[in-house]
Amino acid sequence: MATKSKSTKKAPSKASKAEMLKYYRDMLLIRRFEEKAGQLYGMGKIAGFCHLYIGQEAVVTGMQSCLKEGDQIITGYRDHGHMLACDMEPKGVMAELTGRSGGYSKGKGGSMHMFSKEKNFYGGHGIVGAQVPIGTGLGFANKYRGTDNVAVAYFGDGAANQGQVYEAFNMASLWDLPVVYVIENNMYAMGTSVARHASETELFKRGISFEIEGEEVDGMDVLAVREAGEKAVKYARSGKGPYILEMKTYRYRGHSMSDPAKYRKREEVDDIRSHHDPIEGLKGQILEHGHATEDELKDIDKEIKAIVKDAADFSLESPEPDPSELWTDVLKDVEVA
Amino acid sequence: MSVDILMPALSPTMEEGTLSKWLKKEGDTISSGDVIAEIETDKATMEVEAVDEGTLAKILVAEGTEGVKVNAVIAVLAEEGEDADSVEAKGDAASADAKEDTSSSDKEEAASDSADKADEAEAPKAKVLNDPSIPEGTSFTDTTVRDALRDAMAEEMRRDEAVFVMGEEVAEYQGAYKVTRELLQEFGSKRVVDTPITEHGFAGLGVGAAFAGLKPIVEFMTFNFAMQAIDQIINSAGKTLYMSGGQMGCPIVFRGPNGAASRVGAQHSQDYAAWYGHVPGLKVVAPYDAADAKGLLKAAIRDPNPVVFLEHELLYGNSFPVPDLDDHVLPIGKAAIKREGTDVTLVAHSRMVGFALEAANILAEQGIDAEVIDLRTIRPLDTDTVVESVKKTNRIVCCEEGWRFFGVGAEIAATVTAEAFDYLDAPPARVHQKDVPLPYAANLEAMSLPDADDIVAAARKVCYVD
Ligand SMILES: Cc1ncc(C[n+]2csc(CCOP(=O)(O)OP(=O)(O)O)c2C)c(N)n1
Ligand SMILES: [Mg+2]
Repeated sequence: MATKSKSTKKAPSKASKAEMLKYYRDMLLIRRFEEKAGQLYGMGKIAGFCHLYIGQEAVVTGMQSCLKEGDQIITGYRDHGHMLACDMEPKGVMAELTGRSGGYSKGKGGSMHMFSKEKNFYGGHGIVGAQVPIGTGLGFANKYRGTDNVAVAYFGDGAANQGQVYEAFNMASLWDLPVVYVIENNMYAMGTSVARHASETELFKRGISFEIEGEEVDGMDVLAVREAGEKAVKYARSGKGPYILEMKTYRYRGHSMSDPAKYRKREEVDDIRSHHDPIEGLKGQILEHGHATEDELKDIDKEIKAIVKDAADFSLESPEPDPSELWTDVLKDVEVA
Repeated sequence: MSVDILMPALSPTMEEGTLSKWLKKEGDTISSGDVIAEIETDKATMEVEAVDEGTLAKILVAEGTEGVKVNAVIAVLAEEGEDADSVEAKGDAASADAKEDTSSSDKEEAASDSADKADEAEAPKAKVLNDPSIPEGTSFTDTTVRDALRDAMAEEMRRDEAVFVMGEEVAEYQGAYKVTRELLQEFGSKRVVDTPITEHGFAGLGVGAAFAGLKPIVEFMTFNFAMQAIDQIINSAGKTLYMSGGQMGCPIVFRGPNGAASRVGAQHSQDYAAWYGHVPGLKVVAPYDAADAKGLLKAAIRDPNPVVFLEHELLYGNSFPVPDLDDHVLPIGKAAIKREGTDVTLVAHSRMVGFALEAANILAEQGIDAEVIDLRTIRPLDTDTVVESVKKTNRIVCCEEGWRFFGVGAEIAATVTAEAFDYLDAPPARVHQKDVPLPYAANLEAMSLPDADDIVAAARKVCYVD
């Protein structure tokens, strides 16, 4: 499911049949993958912290469609969707969640700490906000090397209150670094709503004092995300510096698997789910345009379920890491000249 | 095909719970995301959401049931097109949890098995290289530690385009302590980067650049300020190689003056060797003389791992002979015997090496022949050199400028006690800063910091001459 878009001349708010079906498929893969992860967690096969991306699929799917080969992605611990969007193997991701040797980090990283250098996915970071200066450093490296690649740093509304985010904003703007900051505002930082944690709740304005342009985006609409993403990525790629996109989105599940979610009403979740679901929304458009029939979409769902089932099976069959792995990868060997 | 609905684990520690309420009844249609039941755990009441779609065919565990084991079948879902009346649970509640029970205890055994194995398996010792020999006839030039560090950076920047230096006042101002003097003139502002006062931010930015394959040298004006950035140094730079199963890598140097300067008070005077030395995934270097400073900084810049390079402000202006070689690179992880002796081993790093050498001279006048080991590297620690020395001298004094508790000396004392217990003629002694924040007043500051006299006193004590 490579999501690199090659053509840039398409009209911004409209997408072709192929694109729409692709976004549908990509979002559905994330949704089904996360549902399965939740299930495996419930069975005790996945342990520790496990943060699901269900509800936010349009953000990463829309953004990824704006990127090209060599662009880098970095995010926090709610990272499974980003990895799938980067075309990382569902099997390898799921096996990392179960802590097995077939996982992307050989089982040594877990849900929050996974990487794929090959796919330019730079993690997977468990410290809220840490990925923002690191992502800025990826952009710094692009500029240093004179490439036209862009780094995309995702972080949450809660992370937007960390000091290091503003240290990074300042340097990125000062040095015109090619970074797109994507704030995934899902309205809560664990149990604290944006209104309770942010003095300025319009987070896209957080760049104003650094002269970074920001924009609010409907993060439940993959085409709206894509449109905003293309503008932001083009801006950063052209050497003008960083750009902030605040994606208004929502997570359906608890913060992590052990969150009883008592800080919000069930009706709030149900309302968004039934009126703003990104996958249902796109499905409606696909049907309306006659790009596919209900049955064809069901077939896609079946295919995706099969992929996810394979991933889950693999993640349970893959052996635990060999005990010798305890000692590996602490330091790299020094090449002796 | 019917689907078993299992009692879910809703937290990392949950083993069983109370099925307090069914929110759907048999025959109800369910779509994924619907709340079907409420479960009470030891901590909270949680909602159970359906994952699959279909018709709730059978409820197997009635509401109000306590002590329902995780993974027991609590209901069966008939999928689309299936006759809800004819579905069967694939495992019944009892056998499901019995099965799970054995499999989880199997797993525990397996886990404790491999834990035992890991305990038995010692951490593999890193290969330690010796210093390359300096060709006969090589001339030496007296150089300050400051200039040796500068030369090391300049040579490595000439050698490798990916190396750049960043930090506060490193470029236009020529370095707060002039260690980056003239680098801007030679390499330009792309590679000698003045940052805002933003330690956490630029340390993280450096880590990102290193992840992307550049080789940043991040200068902290002093290591006291690196505490703002310690999260990025430890959590991001130090742990990512491991957490990525070896895929990533962070070739970065964090450097700057560490330890007590002079009369700058508690917040500006601290030795962080033990702090960073604690962390697997980092290398920590703390040289004393100019030749080592140069050779080890060059090695640190070439190293594919994050290196914390601790300098000392009070040594910057001291001159030492540095070999006139094109490429003087020393191995990280190797201690140096700076003075051979037979009666007592004095181990030190950074500025304390100078005091240890001074102490050795005083001791010599008193008939005690001290061996002085300059650790040079704190992690990986060259315990072999130290243990070998103790086997010869049978006595050791561990000297450091930092506090005693959980310090470098504590680690060395523990190591020699474990590895050379039978050779020791006295308990290991430690010389260190007094256990107080460093005072400002001249007399109190002098009382607080260790010096040659403290080392002499400790050495005499382990030699039982006092
Ligand atoms: C530095 C730090 N502080 C606290 C935490 C614990 N923590 C993990 S996620 C989280 C909430 C973050 O919320 P947000 O940034 O909105 O992201 P979301 O979970 O909504 O995706 C907190 C407090 C942490 N991991 N790191
Ligand atoms: Mg949030």
